[in-house]
This record gives sequence, C-alpha cells and structure tokens, in this order.
Amino acid sequence: MTLALPRSDPDQSPLCIRGLTVSYGEQPVVFSVDMTVQDGAMTAIIGPNGAGKSTLLKAALNIVRPLSGRITVYGQPLAEQAQRIAYVPQRASVDWDFPTEVLDVVLMGLYRDLGLLGRVRGHHIRHAKDCLDRVGMEDFAARQIGQLSGGQQQRVFLARALAQRADLYLLDEPFAGVDAATERAIIDVLKSLRAEGKTVVAVHHDLSTVRAYFDNVFLINRRKMGEGPISTAFTPETVQATYGGRLADGQITQLTQDA
Amino acid sequence: MLIDALFLQIGYNATLVTLGSATLGLAAGATGTFLFLRKRALVADAVSHATLPGLALAFMLMVAMGGDGRNLAGLMAGSALSAWAGLLCLSWLTRHTRLAEDAAIGAVLSVFFGFGIVLLTVVQTLSAGRQAGLESFLLGSTAGMLFSDALLIAAGGLCVLACALALRRPLLLVAFDPGYAQTQGINVQRMDLAIMTLVMAITVVGLKVVGLILIVALLIIPAATARFWSNRADRVVLLAGLFGGLSGYIGAAVSATAPGLPTGPIIVLVGFGFFVGSLLLSPGRGVLSSALRHRAYQRQVHLRQGLLALARQQPVYEAMTRRLLRRAGLVRADGVPTPEGHSRAAAALRDETRWQALRSSMHLSELSTRDDGLTLILDVLTQDQIAELDRRINASPRVV
Repeated sequence: MTLALPRSDPDQSPLCIRGLTVSYGEQPVVFSVDMTVQDGAMTAIIGPNGAGKSTLLKAALNIVRPLSGRITVYGQPLAEQAQRIAYVPQRASVDWDFPTEVLDVVLMGLYRDLGLLGRVRGHHIRHAKDCLDRVGMEDFAARQIGQLSGGQQQRVFLARALAQRADLYLLDEPFAGVDAATERAIIDVLKSLRAEGKTVVAVHHDLSTVRAYFDNVFLINRRKMGEGPISTAFTPETVQATYGGRLADGQITQLTQDA
Repeated sequence: MLIDALFLQIGYNATLVTLGSATLGLAAGATGTFLFLRKRALVADAVSHATLPGLALAFMLMVAMGGDGRNLAGLMAGSALSAWAGLLCLSWLTRHTRLAEDAAIGAVLSVFFGFGIVLLTVVQTLSAGRQAGLESFLLGSTAGMLFSDALLIAAGGLCVLACALALRRPLLLVAFDPGYAQTQGINVQRMDLAIMTLVMAITVVGLKVVGLILIVALLIIPAATARFWSNRADRVVLLAGLFGGLSGYIGAAVSATAPGLPTGPIIVLVGFGFFVGSLLLSPGRGVLSSALRHRAYQRQVHLRQGLLALARQQPVYEAMTRRLLRRAGLVRADGVPTPEGHSRAAAALRDETRWQALRSSMHLSELSTRDDGLTLILDVLTQDQIAELDRRINASPRVV
C-alpha cells in the first residue's frame, strides 16, 4: 500500500493532527492517528461503524478530550484559531423538540459576534436569512424546529455553520438519513465553499458517492488506514484493509473504480 | 377576604410575605427554565436537599458564638456552603466514576439529607429552648417574617434573576447543543456549574418561604407550564417567570386568608393549578386541542375513504364512515349516493388517481411525500403539471 503524501505543508494545514489517541474508559476509539487536511479541498473521513470517525472530529474540536496528541489549525494551536472552524454535528445529537425556531438556530452561529449581551441587529438577521437562502430554507425561518423533516434539520445545521463565516468546515455525517433533494442541496453548498477557497472535511458513510463528492479521503479504523487524493488513496486495497470482511470484494472494486 | 389579600390589604406581615414570595417565584421560574431545558431538573432536587446539613451546622456555629441561631443571612450562608459541597460531590461522581447521573443524584440527595436530619436531632437535644423553628425550613414557614428577611429574599431573588438573564445566550446554547456550544468557545462544564450555582442560590433564598423540599417545584413547574405556551426559548423563560411570580403572589395571598394555611405548599399548589390549566387548554400542545385535532383528522380520513369507496362502488362497512357520509348529505339513508355524493366521490377518485400517477412520474415523484391522503393535488401542482399528469393517466388507463 503506497500512500500519496499530502500536498499541503503540515505547518499551514487547516487541520493538522499528530499522534491523537482518544479513549472512553480504557478502550481506545482512535489510536495514534496523524492527519493532515489539504487546504481548499474536500476531504471525506470514511471507515466502518464504530471506527472512530465522529470521535476523531470531536477530538479535533476539543469536544471530547484526547488522551494524547497535538492539534494545530492553520499552524496555530486550536484555541487561538477556533473561530475559523465551523462544526456541523450529527442531526441526532440534539433534541428537536427544544423550543426554538429555525432562524434562532442559525443565529447561534453568530454567538462569537454577539457575545453575552450584544443586541441582535438587522444585519445579523439579514446574514442569517442569507445563510438559510443558501441551503434553500428561506421560507422556513419562522418554523419551530420540531416541524422539520430530517433533511431540513440537516440544512438548518449547515446554515448555522455558514453563518460563522469560517474557513474550515467540519461535518459529521451530513448525508445520513436525508432525502435526495437535501443531499444535492448540501453538496452544492459544500462545493461552493470549496470554490471560495474554504476547506471542507466530512465524515461520510456512503462509499458509492465518495468519488463524486470529494477530492481526498482519510480512511480510519481506530488507526489511520490511508490518506490522500481519491485517485491514489481510495483503492480496492485500502478500502478492503479498512473495512476488513465487512464488504464483498466485488462490491469494493465497483465502488472504488471510476463508474 | 381573598380579594383583600390579593390587593395586599390584610396587614403588614401578609404584604411582606406576598411580595417576597412573588419575587422569589419570578426568579425561580425564570432560572429554573434553563435547568429544565438542559434536562437536569432533578439535580436541583439533590442540591436543595444538600442544604440541610449546612443549615444545622450554621445554627450550631452561631449559637456557639453566642449569637442568634436563627439569623436568616447566617443560615443562608451555611446552607449555600453545604449545597455547594453536594453539587461538587454530584459532578465528581458523574464525571469520574461510571455512575449514571440519576444514581449519583439519589446517593447525594439521600446522604446529605440524612446527615442533615441527624444534625437537626442533635440541635434539638443540645439547646432545646432556642432551636425553635429550624425544622420549619424543611417546608418553609412565613409566620413572623421580618422586613429584613423579606428584603433579603427579594434582593437575593432579583440578583439571581439578573445573573441568569445575563447568561441566557450561552445557557440556552449549551442546553440545545452542548457539542456545538463548545466549538463556539463556551466552556460547557463551567456553564453547567453556573446554572447549578444559580439554582443553589434560589434554593437558599427560598428556604424561608417554601422550604428545601418543595423549592424544586418552584424551579420546574413554571418552566413546564410555560413550555405549553411558546415554542421560543426566550419567551418560555419570560412566561415561566410570570407563572412563578403569579404562583408566589397568589399562593402567599391565599395562605394569608386563614391561620394555619402553610405558605410554601399553597404556592406550589397554585403553580400546579397553572400547570394543569395549561396542560388542558394550551392551543398547540394541550391535551384538549390535540384530541380535537386528532378527531377532526380522523373524520377527514373517514370521509375521504368513504368517498373513494363510493366512487369504486364498494360497500362502506364502517359505521362512522357511513354516519359522516349521511350527515354531509352525500348518501341517502339506504346507502345510495346523492347527486352531490356522486360528484364528490368522482373528484376524490380523480385526485387519488393523480397522486398515484405522480408517484410514478420521473420529475414529480419527490412531491409524493406531500401525499397524506387528504391534501388535494390541486394545492401541490400547477394547472399545466396536472394536465400533463392527466395525459399520462389517459394514455395508460388502469384500475386504481
């Protein structure tokens, strides 16, 4: 297995992880992982269930505390650059019966601008509505979030991340359980972010769309199983190594070759 | 009498108690909402029970130093310290052991309360003459409340309220989505500690009025009541403050109308009254309105199914469907459709056929999620789209 070296310089990479180990109790979920995200590209984190994909993302954001490891963001420690990162959590991670409306959720993305007591002004609302517009949800601003479909919930989370005007977007399974129209809407937004020079990293579960959606892959199954551009790193061998016996051989070949 | 009480016309002490309780209720309701939305209501119960050892110890200390053991400020300080200790035990247990939070709550609550009861017994044997009234902090007692006490309760309540409102944005963000809040530079653990500290302060402030066992009701019931009336968190906070304040005011006034009516429990019962009223009557989430909505929906479904059966010349078996059809004037008593019944049935069948055609259509099939059996396709599609559908239906007629 040959790994293509990431093209970007680790010192300036939007997200550079070295020696990251995360464990719940004494069971490591992510073990000694190095990752270097390429600037201005879209990277998919793939691996079987329970392989530590989401945990890797959460540790990179310091939502779960790693046991060891060093994380730099654009060459600086995470704490100094946290405002350049926007996070889109898994849809299922929150209670959708919470009393709040769509626009309020998007305005949460402006917390760093607003602070504790800053007043929500007209330009904040306009910005939040623009973000909703980008994900095709402008008509839903005043809806109670519990009335949304799964795909619409995911779009609201994406709009909240857009509101942050970040440079690096980290998404946890953005396409899980969403309808086809939403999947298209989300990928369009992500590609437009890339066109603006932003960097996108997404945990992804659907191997059949990796090739169409992403530039790079990062394969993980507790340990790093491969990293690099699709053409060199997303091969039957690497996918077989990552997923073990969970996928049939023919299936893997079909998924990883150009259609 | 009650009217007089509600307009603060029955004496100085009653007025003090009523205003003090109203302020406490306002502060407790609004602050408790943040806890309620964070889904940690029971932590408040553990914290409030944990005040008891500190209360007794503070009493002993003040008596030992030759002071008045019943000085309210001193008792508040003591109970705050022991509530704080209980809170630290609780968060240590949940964070550093594999104990789930509910088990940790049970352990902390019962151990602190038990220890407090032991101390209370000791106090009673030590200085039998001077301990009078210490156990009244279990359920609150407003008899003989001093002006300084009322002032302390009101000022303390308003301070806590101001702190809670100042922190409302991070508190709500943490309550909705803690992981995301962390990425926004909010220290989730510190926010959780902050809200618990505010809850502890409310407990301590409310000791005299409602007592440590019932204070949790004043924190949670107004929030649960307010949730029935609004879908926006900031309004839920305001409404909870309103319900809490009203409960405090009305409850204290009612208890002043007759001797021997306990203030704290009556305040809680008034709050519960608001809760039951909201549970029944709230337009969005109330029991009554959802029952009515469900019934209306059921009728529509029955009518629709009945019409489709008429159009397909099938017998209608369900009594409810037959009754609805008859009452709408769509069938005669012998089950034969009226002229209007015929035309409505044909329209229903046409709509149904179009929905079926839409499902198999390449570009419109996404809209089939809008098909709930009742929505008319005329509301979903434009005229030209319907015409196109009809062309396809006529091209390949099939029995639907």
